[in-house]
Amino acid sequence: MNDNNKETKDTLIQVKNLCKQFGKKKVLNDITVNINKGDVVCVIGPSGSGKSTFLRCLNRLETPTSGQILFDNVDICNPKTDIDIHRQKMGMVFQQFNLFPHMTILKNLTIAPISLQHKSQEEAEEMAISLLKRVGLEDRVNSYPSQLSGGQQQRIAIVRALCMQPEVMLFDEPTSALDPEMVGEVLNVMKDLAKEKMTMVVVTHEMGFARNVSNRVMFLDGGNFLEENTPSEFFDHPQNDRTKLFLSKVL
Amino acid sequence: MFENFREQFILNFIDDNRWQYLTNGLLLTLKISIFSIIIGIILGFIIAVIKYSHDNNGNCKILNFICDIYLTIIRGTPVVVQLLIIYFVIFGSTRIDKSFVAIIAFGINSGAYQAEIFRSGLNSIPRGQYEAGRSLGFSSNQTMVKIIMPQAVKNVIPALCNEFISLIKETSVSGYIALEDLTKGGDIIRSRTYSAFMPLIAVALTYLVLVMILTQIVKHLERNLRKNER
Repeated sequence: MNDNNKETKDTLIQVKNLCKQFGKKKVLNDITVNINKGDVVCVIGPSGSGKSTFLRCLNRLETPTSGQILFDNVDICNPKTDIDIHRQKMGMVFQQFNLFPHMTILKNLTIAPISLQHKSQEEAEEMAISLLKRVGLEDRVNSYPSQLSGGQQQRIAIVRALCMQPEVMLFDEPTSALDPEMVGEVLNVMKDLAKEKMTMVVVTHEMGFARNVSNRVMFLDGGNFLEENTPSEFFDHPQNDRTKLFLSKVL
Repeated sequence: MFENFREQFILNFIDDNRWQYLTNGLLLTLKISIFSIIIGIILGFIIAVIKYSHDNNGNCKILNFICDIYLTIIRGTPVVVQLLIIYFVIFGSTRIDKSFVAIIAFGINSGAYQAEIFRSGLNSIPRGQYEAGRSLGFSSNQTMVKIIMPQAVKNVIPALCNEFISLIKETSVSGYIALEDLTKGGDIIRSRTYSAFMPLIAVALTYLVLVMILTQIVKHLERNLRKNER
């Protein structure tokens, strides 16, 4: 195992022997991973390899069949754990944005902080607007999601997650549903986040992003992590044959 | 010709204050319709939420089973038969206000149809909306109330309006338990005057106007809801 997987006091998420089955189909097969504070982990792999399922297990949108996931040293797989509290500290960004279409952008951004963190409306709006400024969309506060382009919607979705001041951000193929020319604007926001030492787990097909922004790249296939390395090592000297084959096709 | 029309009109509606059969009938029809719509909304809403949360989270297995039985029976039998059973069998041995029986019967009947309407409304909201709500830390209930339901309401209104229209017209079978609703009122006039045209056309027109008013109200409501969206 890689050095990064050693348990340190900076460990934020510990995944131990995680298995997930849908019916008889094993999607995740005994996965053990540590994610440390400040890590930018890119999970790559062919479609159907279990990347998204792995990510969705991290905040229990999928319930693991067996295994443990410790977040802040609490086992969130335990049915007795109040998952809602922990999800507040784990931002999630979806492929399909999933903004709330019946609310203005401002409402989208403030509804969770106001009702879950008991922030005052002014406080929540102030934070929302300052975050919106960082992604260059402060003039859209009163728009509705359907009035924005896909790239803009995804940037808003990132801001919506950030408004809860999460400890980790989970990205589930955040650029896969976008027009090619809008991919860049979303990746730039994610790049800025990485610079600010936000812990991120990113399922992606953007190899350029994985190579330039992440500090760890993991290759998932058939429910197993076949290879993990720093981006430069991973892309320049892949060890596993399956990884080599995959990279030869996508690069 | 016109003389004849005038005579008929006076005979059917003016003599012996026969118009009162129609107005009293209309009031009763309105009363039954409004209250059974309310019962139907409450019943339908509860059942839809139970079934939705069963389908999506696997909760409430027993309640879901009860709801399934209810839906099967109510949708599988005619409303007249249900009305007669509730009046003669269930409340058969008690003296009870007949209009109350009708409200219960039509409310229970409409609840089954409204449940399916509400459920399809909830199902029309993409799964991603639910997941987005949960991923922010909202509980299942909070996600339903704050995110899913406000969107579902808009999708449900046309079908719900349809159900209200059917219900208003279905109350015309209240005469089976000797309630003098609008239809029965017209029929009483016919039996007194031996002329069918005037009273029955008047009854038909009244239903038509009722339904048209309801349609306009719903159209207006729908337009307002859409305005809020963009």
